Amino acid sequence: MKKIAVLALNTFRESIRDKIFYSLLAFAVLMLGFSLILGNLTIGDEIKIIKDFGLAAISLFGVLIAIFVGISLVYKEMEKRTIYVILANPISRYQFVLGKYLGLSFTLMVEVVVMTAGLFVLCYLKQQLIPWELFMAIVPICFELQLILAVALLFSTFVSPFLSGMLTLAVFIIGHLTLDFKVLVASLDNPALKKTADVLYYSFPNLETLNFKARVVHGIDIPWTEFIFSLSYAATYTIMILALSLYIFNKRDIR
Amino acid sequence: MSTAAISISGVSKTYRTGFWGKKFVALDALSLSVEKGEILGYLGPNGAGKTTTFKVLLDLIRPDSGTLSIFGDPADQKARERVGYLPENPYFYMYLTAEETLHFHGRLRGMKGEARKKRIPELLHLVGLEHAKSRSLKKFSRGMLQRIGIAQALVNNPDILILDEPMSGLDPNGRKQMRDIILGCRDQGKTVIFSSHILSDVEIMCDRAAIIRQGKLQEIVQVSEMLDNKVAHWEITCSSLPENSPYEDCIVHKTKNQILLKTNGEVEAKKMIQKIEESGGRVLSFGPQRVNLEEFYNQSGKEEK
Repeated sequence: MKKIAVLALNTFRESIRDKIFYSLLAFAVLMLGFSLILGNLTIGDEIKIIKDFGLAAISLFGVLIAIFVGISLVYKEMEKRTIYVILANPISRYQFVLGKYLGLSFTLMVEVVVMTAGLFVLCYLKQQLIPWELFMAIVPICFELQLILAVALLFSTFVSPFLSGMLTLAVFIIGHLTLDFKVLVASLDNPALKKTADVLYYSFPNLETLNFKARVVHGIDIPWTEFIFSLSYAATYTIMILALSLYIFNKRDIR
Repeated sequence: MSTAAISISGVSKTYRTGFWGKKFVALDALSLSVEKGEILGYLGPNGAGKTTTFKVLLDLIRPDSGTLSIFGDPADQKARERVGYLPENPYFYMYLTAEETLHFHGRLRGMKGEARKKRIPELLHLVGLEHAKSRSLKKFSRGMLQRIGIAQALVNNPDILILDEPMSGLDPNGRKQMRDIILGCRDQGKTVIFSSHILSDVEIMCDRAAIIRQGKLQEIVQVSEMLDNKVAHWEITCSSLPENSPYEDCIVHKTKNQILLKTNGEVEAKKMIQKIEESGGRVLSFGPQRVNLEEFYNQSGKEEK
């Protein structure tokens, strides 16, 4: 466990010394600032716009960091040959992969915390209230980011960063659309399309199940059972993908 | 019989390369053992399987067949606690400083904070990087990276050192330092196996040298015995040769005042000296030339072909 922590801390140090992380974080904070301007320009409930835009920014930039940094997690180590010296130490491959994953996962959580703090400050300036209810949307976002990160890591163990980036992005997009597609196709009388929708729905993670943003912003109640189910679904999926990554990485020759 | 420090028995590894998965035999039933406390030079042309042998020992590459052991135990994660490894052209995390790199590797080898704080300044002194301890590795030259590489290999004072081309990228001073470090390790009772193309280094440092070609162990030689016993040829330096001398073919080098001659047998050499002296020439020096590792290595390569 100690060695996983050593690797995780080092990965965290790597990402916070990485320029990409700072540029994405800076963009994310700018987006929050932009929501203020947008709120002023829009007719309607200004605070809702800020919350809606802020949550979308947290989710979007979290995913971008997960993909951009996650896809090169293992592959970069092999390409830059740093992996030889690391794995020659008395550590197992699963410790290496988990260490890398947890390090980046921690980086992502720091990003979410910084952005959430920024959003809360904005909301407080507007309505002199801290919108604690937003956590009902932010916690599922964190689970979604962990899942996307695991997918990026999985691809990173066997394909190049560019291809893993494309594949992870595809999983993210399809994961958000499968439910809509399934519902849409259900009303049509086309068995082939229905079958395709089923295959997509069951083979990709259903990321929409973690999207509580609109309901939270509009103050619609979320049943606890649904909330817990969604988080458990994401956690199970993440663990399964991590296990698959470990299995693939363990089989590889580090040439 | 005492247990070997490293034992490789019947290890084979075949890669599939290219689009059609063409087979490439990297190791072919390789068997080799390195005794405790010895320095073994591991020689062979590029692509012979030297690095693959090291990677198989460190579980970076899984062999198709065969067994590997370290001090009699399987060469697994636990056994790697006793092994330090310096890869060829080592690559490290460039965002870390020299000191951070050594702490990182020390932690991965389970060293406690106190032990690291004591050991790391010693190592930085040993490899001559005290002045650069707070510099990030991206500002290091290749030679400096090689030095930090040997320092990390030694961080937890391991019993075995596996060094892949440890002299590459080093200037003459750095090479001497590296030689001293390796010889110092032997004095401390450590076992060292290292690959190198610089045969004079192998000659100076190694007890034995193993030659591998096309994944097969071709020969193991006792370096000191070979250097002591085998006479390659005899050399005579003289001032002049008799007229119409039959030794024109034996001339290796000729200057205004000296002629260097080379011949194979002692008897023939003595005859040559007699003739030179009878014709009024003067013999300036005469003696056997011992075989060196380079000649032996090249000879064994020719025999293989």
